[in-house]
Amino acid sequence: MTAADSTVLMDDVAVRRAVGRMAHEILEKLGGTEHLVLMGIQRRGVDLADMIRDAITDAEGADVQTGTLDITLYRDDLMALGPRPVVGRTLLPRGGVDGVAVVLVDDVLYTGRTARAALNELMDWGRPARILLCVLVDRGDRELPIQPDIVGREFPVLTDRRVDVLVPRLDGELAVVLSQLERR
Amino acid sequence: MKRSAPTLGKDLTGLESLSPEQIRVILDTAEPFKEVSERQIKKVPVLRGKTIVNLFFEASTRTRISFEFAEKRLAADTVNIGAVGSSVSKGETLVDTARNLEAMRIDMVVIRHWSAGAAHFLASRIPSNVINAGDGAHEHPTQGLLDMLTLRDHFGRIEGLKVCIVGDVLHSRVARSNIYGLVALGAKVAVCAPRTLLPAGIEELGVRVFGRVEQAIEWSDALNVLRLQLERMQDGFVPSLREYNRVFGITRERLEWAPREMLILHPGPMNRGVEIDSDVADGPHSVILRQVTNGVAVRMAVLYLLTGDAPDLAEMARSGGAGRA
Repeated sequence: MTAADSTVLMDDVAVRRAVGRMAHEILEKLGGTEHLVLMGIQRRGVDLADMIRDAITDAEGADVQTGTLDITLYRDDLMALGPRPVVGRTLLPRGGVDGVAVVLVDDVLYTGRTARAALNELMDWGRPARILLCVLVDRGDRELPIQPDIVGREFPVLTDRRVDVLVPRLDGELAVVLSQLERR
Repeated sequence: MKRSAPTLGKDLTGLESLSPEQIRVILDTAEPFKEVSERQIKKVPVLRGKTIVNLFFEASTRTRISFEFAEKRLAADTVNIGAVGSSVSKGETLVDTARNLEAMRIDMVVIRHWSAGAAHFLASRIPSNVINAGDGAHEHPTQGLLDMLTLRDHFGRIEGLKVCIVGDVLHSRVARSNIYGLVALGAKVAVCAPRTLLPAGIEELGVRVFGRVEQAIEWSDALNVLRLQLERMQDGFVPSLREYNRVFGITRERLEWAPREMLILHPGPMNRGVEIDSDVADGPHSVILRQVTNGVAVRMAVLYLLTGDAPDLAEMARSGGAGRA
């Protein structure tokens, strides 16, 4: 799966350790699992949200609500894309997002535009009491004033590189890899 | 890693010209749009700043309102134009009407017209996206799509399903769009009607013909019951409405003979007691209101997918309106 010219930044074990720590940080910041909802951003944020949920359940023995968020319809470059991107599912937790603490979970934080779109979409769904941004990788180079609350690892990389999180469901393995950006 | 949906082209004029792949993309894209209508704030900013004209030369309630909801829930600006009370009633041609609208910088036209081919005619002459909302007895593609979405919701598949279209196939654009779309996705399609209400050579579209509604019920997984177009029945197509109901009406007694659970669809508006009885229309196997709900989602999907091929208006303005015939 991993291409020859790519470097593994985090392997399976490193990702699992980071996820475990992120789960504990969420518990610490929110003081428990009450009114907590993990919202994974399509597509790989969904897998990470599930992993964080499992880690929280292991640590606290409590069930945590999860949901998924597809931000396609809220992208600021939607009309400039040419062919329409595939729209994924948005699944709200039962009871909606009003009054709960929503933890947005995504794989890589880069320009901040995805997080902006996710915030707008969440606001259209209701009024969460609080929103935290939780990412596995922060690669820097923000284009908007958005910062994460919980980070797995920071990798400041050049803009001609790409950072991909691989997950078992879609990629057959769990890892973070660095590669050269393809010229299109 | 960006995944793009296959494009539909500039316009949606009918299902006859679409590939099975394109039809599937529309149905799949309708799924996430269903949930937009379930939100507290039923609006996503997809078509923000786009202007859509709903040009309805024929009366329509359901389709026009469904399109308008779809457009508004995608945050487009919409204008409705009916034939009555507009310059259309002063004798302006279709193309002139559309060109005048384009001069006001619109992005899309949804057109309902009494003449078969009107949507295609318009689409080939203006650079805006054109969506056919019913042209004469030709096609009504979004109705065909919402019927297919409703079938797929219930059965989980289209392929191999046995669907019989019952009633006035001769005058029905709904029947044609259903036949093209269902056959493309591998369903088995039949029609059932008096011979006077079937077009000659209907078998060539790949459908079988039942002369008796009992045979259709015996064979089908789902019945799509068409409206008997009462305004056209002065010409002796059927002896009387009562006789039509006695021989071809979908009644509870007839459905009791069905060997399996039968899904009942109707594109509306219904003539209760003519082509369908009230206890069937309101019965447990009727998905008639689900069709209406799905109609909004399917139309949102079509609007969304078509904008992927929209000409850039700013670009056109700079190049002096190129693309105009």
